[in-house]
This record gives sequence, structure tokens and C-alpha cells, in this order.
Amino acid sequence: MNIIEVVNLSKGFKAKKGTITAVKDVSFNVRMGELFGFLGPNGAGKTTTINILCTLLTPTSGKALLNSFDVVTNQNEVRQSIGLVFQEPSLDEKLTARENLEFHAMLYNVPKAVREERIKYMLEIVGLYDRKDDLVNTFSGGMKRRLEIARGFLHHPRVLFLDEPTLGLDPQTRNHIWEYIHQLRKKEEITIFLTTHYMAEAENCDRVAIIDYGEIIAIDSPSDLKKEIGGDVITVIAEDRDKAKKTIEEEYNVSVIANDEGLHFEVENGETFLPKFIKKADFKILSISLRRPTLEDVFLKLTGRRIREESAEANTALKIHARRLMR
Amino acid sequence: MSRNLMGIYTIWLRDVRRFWRDRPRIIGATIQPALFLFLLGTGLGRGIAGAFGNGIRGDYLTFIYPGIIGMSILFTSIFSAISIVWDREIGFLKEVMVAPIARWAVAVGKAFGGSTVAVFQGSLMLIFAPFINVHITPAIVITLIPLIFLIAFSITSIGIVVAARMHSMQGFQIIMNFLVLPMFFLSGAMFPITNLPRWMGILVAINPLTYGVDALRGVILGFSNYSLIANMSIISGFGIAMIIAAMIIFGRTE
Ligand SMILES: Nc1ncnc2c1ncn2[C@@H]1O[C@H](COP(=O)(O)OP(=O)(O)OP(=O)(O)O)[C@@H](O)[C@H]1O
Ligand SMILES: [Mg+2]
Repeated sequence: MNIIEVVNLSKGFKAKKGTITAVKDVSFNVRMGELFGFLGPNGAGKTTTINILCTLLTPTSGKALLNSFDVVTNQNEVRQSIGLVFQEPSLDEKLTARENLEFHAMLYNVPKAVREERIKYMLEIVGLYDRKDDLVNTFSGGMKRRLEIARGFLHHPRVLFLDEPTLGLDPQTRNHIWEYIHQLRKKEEITIFLTTHYMAEAENCDRVAIIDYGEIIAIDSPSDLKKEIGGDVITVIAEDRDKAKKTIEEEYNVSVIANDEGLHFEVENGETFLPKFIKKADFKILSISLRRPTLEDVFLKLTGRRIREESAEANTALKIHARRLMR
Repeated sequence: MSRNLMGIYTIWLRDVRRFWRDRPRIIGATIQPALFLFLLGTGLGRGIAGAFGNGIRGDYLTFIYPGIIGMSILFTSIFSAISIVWDREIGFLKEVMVAPIARWAVAVGKAFGGSTVAVFQGSLMLIFAPFINVHITPAIVITLIPLIFLIAFSITSIGIVVAARMHSMQGFQIIMNFLVLPMFFLSGAMFPITNLPRWMGILVAINPLTYGVDALRGVILGFSNYSLIANMSIISGFGIAMIIAAMIIFGRTE
């Protein structure tokens, strides 16, 4: 059973020169109860897709159903079915943690009788109960994020959208946040729609859609996606890069992707391949490495580019920082 | 429907809560009109005593007092409405826009929030009455509260219409210079509107605050250009038109 069905969805924005097509004729389904991930670089169209699914934007064309409600014509039903953690902060910092959740609970019609109970429960799970009466502007970035996650779960949504939930947080906080999410996922029947730059987070998903320039270029479970890659990934840095590329391609009949980090190719069994390879090589090898394929390699293979975790992260972290300064 | 009522109440509650918590804002919004009243009023009053003829009927300070209350309502209402732009900048507006309530209810909740806050702030101006020998009776207070509410509701609704499509606080200066200050100067708050040049008379006549100030003056000082009923009808009509416009603009998705 599908909780989200998207058919030929497109969204264009008017820009100074012509239009930017942020989402191009995208079709996919999300199954009930799964942890579904959108993996793609900056500007791929992840947030735009979520904004359409959560009724903040109207699609230019195409159709999307969520919990079997149309996101254009049945907006109220759609909104009642979803919870959101936006990519960018969305708390009222002049209210306390409890007041932020209370505001949310009232807007989502959580009955008064269970409201306090539910707020307490969620605050306890994310470890903020003892800070409940503090203004949010006294919270750290990680605490704010945890509060937003608590808020997303508060009204028992069928689908929870997490748009880069851990962006700009340190690894420890990131792990904590995932603990809460997994814990809550076990207790509540919920489908999670995640977008991320982090490979590790994408690996955790039941299924991943790889999105680039507004198009879905692959969609499958992480392990099946990685099966596309032959076996192990070898990265070679050679003195004469062009010669090395040509030689490897001819000798081993593999396709070699060259980028700043070196030459990449895939082989069936890396451990036995390497000694033979090094012995035979008639070009000077500066360094060589072997690793199991990741989703990054899948992306690299499909697009010839990397997702560039670092720069993306720095970018958005900077944006968030600038916003905070503006307050 | 009950869901939208709850939504309106929730948005109202937040605005009132935030206002109540923001003591510096309350103090600032009380002192600013007081400066106009006592400093500008006293100084101008000395210089132009009698210059306005019988349009003033007595002390200049007394004359502008209801106008200054109008100013306080104007500023408070516009600031409340403009907080929508602020909410958009800090991202909080998205939280409201994806909630399962109709978008028009968001506009209405904001309008009620702004009006409530302005009633409080406007009524606070009454503490200055004894200093300028204006006698405020309970009957006056009882008439003033709904009147202030009505004026504030209209003006907040104008503010919401303007804020609905504004994406940054940079537009705020423009609003101050092209909307708020002209509305104040052209409302008869600081001078009588009886002997104005024609072009100015027209601007005064289309300014909703003119009728608000006139009604306040009628209730507090006992003289006005139009009857209370006429003033209140015009303000209400204007308010209804503006809140409907606000509800429509808010309802549209990009
Ligand atoms: N409101 C808007 N007006 C104009 N263009 C927009 C708007 N929102 C997004 N875009 C454009 O649409 C494209 C997709 O943006 P989107 O925010 O969906 O990317 P994303 O995958 O979420 O990226 P990131 O990883 O940086 O969050 C970008 O080229 C962006 O510039
Ligand atoms: Mg995004």
C-alpha cells in the first residue's frame, strides 16, 4: 500500500531569465511505514518536492496523493496527515518549548484532555522536559532541532517529512537525533520521508531515491542500488593520469571515472585484484585505495559528479547562521 | 469550522502572549505618544494658540489627545500586522501555513490579535488624561473599548494585506513612509481638518483613521465633525473590506 503517490510532477519557478524547473516530471511512490530517503546535491529539488507534498507550493503540472488525498484539492486533509521538520528553523523563539508545542497541538486539534500528556511525553523523549519552560532563544542548535522533531511527531501524523534534519549538527547530536527518530518510529505507525546529504543517513533508509537537477535518476533499496556497482571501488592517483586512465580501461575493460580525487573504477574482488594490478602497472602510482561501494559511488557512477557533502553542509550552516544573526 | 475557530484563537493567543511578554515594547509604545503629546503638544500649543480658530475649541493639548490615542492604535496595529513578515523571515510562518486550518483563518487570527493588543495599548493612553485635565468617566471607557477595537481591526487588516506578499523587513521603511506616517498626518490628529486645501481634504477623506480620530474626539471631548454612528459605520465598512481582502490574499498558494 502506498501512502504517497506522485505522478509526473513538475514545478517551475519564474526567474530573472526564463524559468527554473526545480522538479522535472517526477514519479515515485512511498510505501506505508517505510523510511524513504531523498538523496541529492544542493538545488536538486528535494525541498521543492516536499513543499508541494505539504501544500506549501502548487505544482506546475502533475499529480500527488498523500494518504490518498490530493495535495492540491484536499489540502486540509493532507495537512492533517503530515508532520514536518523544515530544512530551516521554524520555531517561535520568543515562546517557551512547551508553548511552541502547545501552539502546534492546538492548531492540529489534539484534544485538550490528552494535550498536556502528549507534550510531556514528547519532551521527555527528546530530553527537553526539564527545559520546557525556557524560551527557545536560550536553546542550542541541537536542542532546537530536537524540539522541532518532537513537534513533528506531536499530533500523530501518518507521514513525517524530515528535510535535512541533522544538517549542521555535530556527529554526536546527529546520532542522538537518530536514536529518537528510531525510538519513535517503533512506537508510532509512521512513514518517514527524509532528505539528506549524508550517505550514512541515506544508507539507513528502506528505499532511496537519488535526485539530481530535478529528476529522479534511481530509486531502490540502498543495497540494491549498490549492487549496480560491480563490487569494490578502487581509487588510484597516478602521476600520468591520462595514460593511467587509458591503460586501465584497455587492460581491464572497465569504465574509469576521473575527478579531482583520482581515478575511480569498480572490480569484482578488490583484495585479490590489487596486488596483481600494482605489479602489472606500467605507470607510476602515487596512491591507491580500496573500499566497499557507498551510495556516493552510485551517485558518482550515475552522474559523474560527487554530492559534495562538505560544501553543501558549510553552505547551509552558513545560511542558518546568517539567519540567527539577523534576529 | 470549529477547527478554524480554534486556529483563530490559537493565533490570537500567541500574539497576545508575545505582546504581554515584551515589556520594552509596551513601555516604548507608551512613551512615544507621550512625547508627542506633552512635548510637541505643549510647544506647538504655545506658538499657535488661536491660530486654528474655533476648530480647536480650547487647549491644543486637549485637542490632540484623542489624536495621539489614534496614533498609538495606528502604530500598534501596523506593527502587529507586520510581525507576519518577521514570522516569514524566521521561518515560523511555514509552521502556521502547513497546519490543518484554512489560510483565511490565519489572517483573521492575526487581525484579532493585533486589535486586542491595540485595545490594550490604546487604553493605556488614558493614564495621561488627568495631566491634561480631561475627565474620563466609566461611560467613556465603556464606549472607547469597542471603538478602539474597531479602529484597530481595520488598520491591522490593512497591515495584513500589505504584509501578505512582503518577503523581507526591508519593505518596512517604505510602509512607514508611504502608509503609516501619511495616515497619521492626514487623520486630523494634530490639526483640524476643516480648512484644508482641496487635495489634502480628499486624502483626509479617504483615510480611515480620520473617522477613527473623529470618533475618539467625539467620545472623549464631546465634539466631532461626524456622528459616532457615521464614523463607526465607515470604519466598520472599511474594516470588513480589508479583512476580506486579507483573507483572499492569504488563501492563495504560490
Ligand atoms: N521560491 C523559489 N523561487 C525561485 N527558485 C526557487 C525557489 N525555491 C527553489 N528554487 C530553485 O529550485 C531549485 C531546487 O531547489 P530546492 O530547494 O528544492 O533544492 P534542494 O534539493 O532542497 O537543495 P538543498 O540541498 O540545498 O536544500 C534550485 O535551483 C532553487 O534555486
Ligand atoms: Mg532543501
